[in-house]
Amino acid sequence: MPPKALQGLRVLEFAEFVSGPYCAKLMADLGAEVIKIEPPDLGDESRRRGPFPNDLPDQDASGLFLYLNTGKLGVTLDPSKLTGRRIFEKLVAQADILIENNPVGVMSKLGLGFDSLKTINPKLIMASITPFGQSGPYAHWKSYYLNTFHAGGEGYTLPGGIGWQMYPERPPLKAGGFIGEYNCGVAAATAIVGAAFGCLMCEAGQYIEISEQEVLASLMRTDLGKYNDGWVESRATRSVPIGGFIHCKDGFVQLIPLWKHMWTALVAAMGNPEWAGEARFQHERLMAGWQGVTRVSDDILRDREEANERIEQWAMQYNSEEIYTVVQRHGCIAAPVCSVADLFSSKQLQAREFIPEVEHPEAGCLKYLGAPYKFSETPWRIDKPAPLLGRHNEEVYCNRLGYSRQELVQMRRAGII
Amino acid sequence: MASAEYPLEGIRITDFGQVWAGPILSGLLANMGAEVIKIETRKRLDSVRLGPDNVERDPEKDPWFQCINRNKLSITVDFSDERGVALLKKLVKISHVVSENFSPGVLKRHGLDYDSLVKIKPDLIMVALPGAGSFGPMADLVTYGPSIVGLCGYDRMVGYEGERVLGMQQPYADVVAALYGAYSVLAAINHQQETGEGQYIELCQWEAATAVMGEALMESVMNGRNPGTLGNVQPGMAPHNNYPCQGQDKWVSIAIKTDDEWGAFCRAIGSPEWAKEERFADGFLRWQNRKEMDRLVGEWTRGRTHYEVTELLQKAGVAAAPCLSMDERLEDPHFQDRQAFVPIEHPVIGTGWVTSIPWKMSDTPGGVRTPAPLIGQHNQYVFGELLKMSQDEINYLVQEKVIY
Repeated sequence: MPPKALQGLRVLEFAEFVSGPYCAKLMADLGAEVIKIEPPDLGDESRRRGPFPNDLPDQDASGLFLYLNTGKLGVTLDPSKLTGRRIFEKLVAQADILIENNPVGVMSKLGLGFDSLKTINPKLIMASITPFGQSGPYAHWKSYYLNTFHAGGEGYTLPGGIGWQMYPERPPLKAGGFIGEYNCGVAAATAIVGAAFGCLMCEAGQYIEISEQEVLASLMRTDLGKYNDGWVESRATRSVPIGGFIHCKDGFVQLIPLWKHMWTALVAAMGNPEWAGEARFQHERLMAGWQGVTRVSDDILRDREEANERIEQWAMQYNSEEIYTVVQRHGCIAAPVCSVADLFSSKQLQAREFIPEVEHPEAGCLKYLGAPYKFSETPWRIDKPAPLLGRHNEEVYCNRLGYSRQELVQMRRAGII
Repeated sequence: MASAEYPLEGIRITDFGQVWAGPILSGLLANMGAEVIKIETRKRLDSVRLGPDNVERDPEKDPWFQCINRNKLSITVDFSDERGVALLKKLVKISHVVSENFSPGVLKRHGLDYDSLVKIKPDLIMVALPGAGSFGPMADLVTYGPSIVGLCGYDRMVGYEGERVLGMQQPYADVVAALYGAYSVLAAINHQQETGEGQYIELCQWEAATAVMGEALMESVMNGRNPGTLGNVQPGMAPHNNYPCQGQDKWVSIAIKTDDEWGAFCRAIGSPEWAKEERFADGFLRWQNRKEMDRLVGEWTRGRTHYEVTELLQKAGVAAAPCLSMDERLEDPHFQDRQAFVPIEHPVIGTGWVTSIPWKMSDTPGGVRTPAPLIGQHNQYVFGELLKMSQDEINYLVQEKVIY
């Protein structure tokens, strides 16, 4: 079997929820050996998040946990106890990389800050992922994902276009799920592998700290450019004010008449209705102020709304597929608005073998997602399902660190593992 | 090879990236010190040079372009001309990585696909970012950033709780794909260092945008339910929303999970009568009555600034943060302290802000060294110094509009 790209890299993960575990999963699927450390009894927060098969809570079958932790060895450990800390240090001595996403200060308090750990392993690369980073006035702020997302900038401008026009008084919106957390996981993996390459060259370890807020802010690119141009992006100026997510017979369809020729194409696809010929529905007028340069009059706002209503009246007669096919053919950007279930039935994704099945002792055989990248030489593969809580205690503590099974029993009684 | 500061110093990337996804990918690697040579031609400019934000319609003045192409070099080569192709092959020969995000097949038509290039550079790493992949029944799908987000099911989750789909309406897939792309290239570089072997990486943008919604996919797989619009809601948590604050379009996010946090929140806002009502007595009741509670919390926040609310609640141990607009982010003391945005001098635009690197490394930090390149700014360096072509030859190719 050909080697994987990160084969030989040893990763220790002391992280929970999404960002840290996803970062380590990305590395596990490319061949790194990941040992995941969870608190005894409770385990990772994502074990309690679900979704659960048949809605029956089960810490070994939470969907979020299963998705984020494939390919890892799982151990339990409480490093706040002295024996636990010593075991942690032994694991660090055998690792190349440590990934953690505990609140700022927790690792130092445990005696496991980078300065202490590098005396044990001078080549260690340690990565800390936190909402606001390790330094600066907000480093110690408490933050749930909602807070981090909206402090990062994307939230301030959501929803734009038709969403803002319909609900200008409502609060800015979070994007669905935990997208920002996942993005931080990928960014952290990028930083770590880059650092590993640098460290390979200079034969020393280093500390990487990742602020989720900064990752999210750096992924916004249009609003900084616009700021340099002299104006501040808001929901009122973000996205295209005409079209957008339009109701149709079987759900929604996305229409984006960004440029004049696209609007002409959309109008043609609708059969050149009489209303679209009126002066007030011309593209340059409807798009006025879109670049934030001029203030839009109430008249124009009303006409945009009317245009969207009329587009929707037309769209309600057809199915999504009928609409985007014909609109695309005329030369305007149009796309389906799929559901998650559509993904699993997608012939394209099936043909690309993007939906592997993984057998898990508790949750059974389920569909997962593959990786978005296909390497010609080094395969990507989910080698094992997410671990049951403490599944590999014996393998790691006995086989690698030399503890006896009796000692494990004692440590379990003492709440250390 | 690597200097102390830039871990990828010495890695050269021939970058065919256009618009967003490709240039963001190579930009991440340029931050870490890779020498990224952007291939352009005046015959067909990178469309971001003339984006809708470019008020003066001057391709050297586009602020979006500047944001994502800093730290790169630019050369102009018309590769619809065979002599242009020959030039690029010379460059690939002395590069480590080739990156591209054309539609599938474009580079192949010019003899610049992986199979052709690997013959001249056997340990080449090449990454491509097709929208729907280069094979499969929908490989020809014409995609555009925002449409991929719709295609992958993500947009269905963006909207106010239980209401109509509003969607991201943003080319968000490009950013996500670029992140995965940078990671995959680094993994391949790592492998190449170990084994000497290069490889081809295909990164499908549709798949990249899909990979970030694990819990939603598992909900569908496990229980056959399709997650719909959830707004700012996190099941089981209340308050959990943005609340209006003093000023035009100002908001603060507040998130409460435990009874302890709820108690601290109530004390921090002066223990109003409504907070003691039975309907808000525990997490389950707060969750059930969240709409009414949102209204009451909003009445309290309305008279204060988002920073005041944040400070007060953080002091009490409650998670809160201001919802920040772009100008506020630049002026925010935390962003400033961490130098998350840096000003850079561009010869035509003047001083403009760009984002710094979203991670801090103790030994190899990387950094923003140069502004986005002018069109063909580095022709002389690349053709003269790197490829050691004579001045006559360069002049001739300029005259022939091969270097153009």
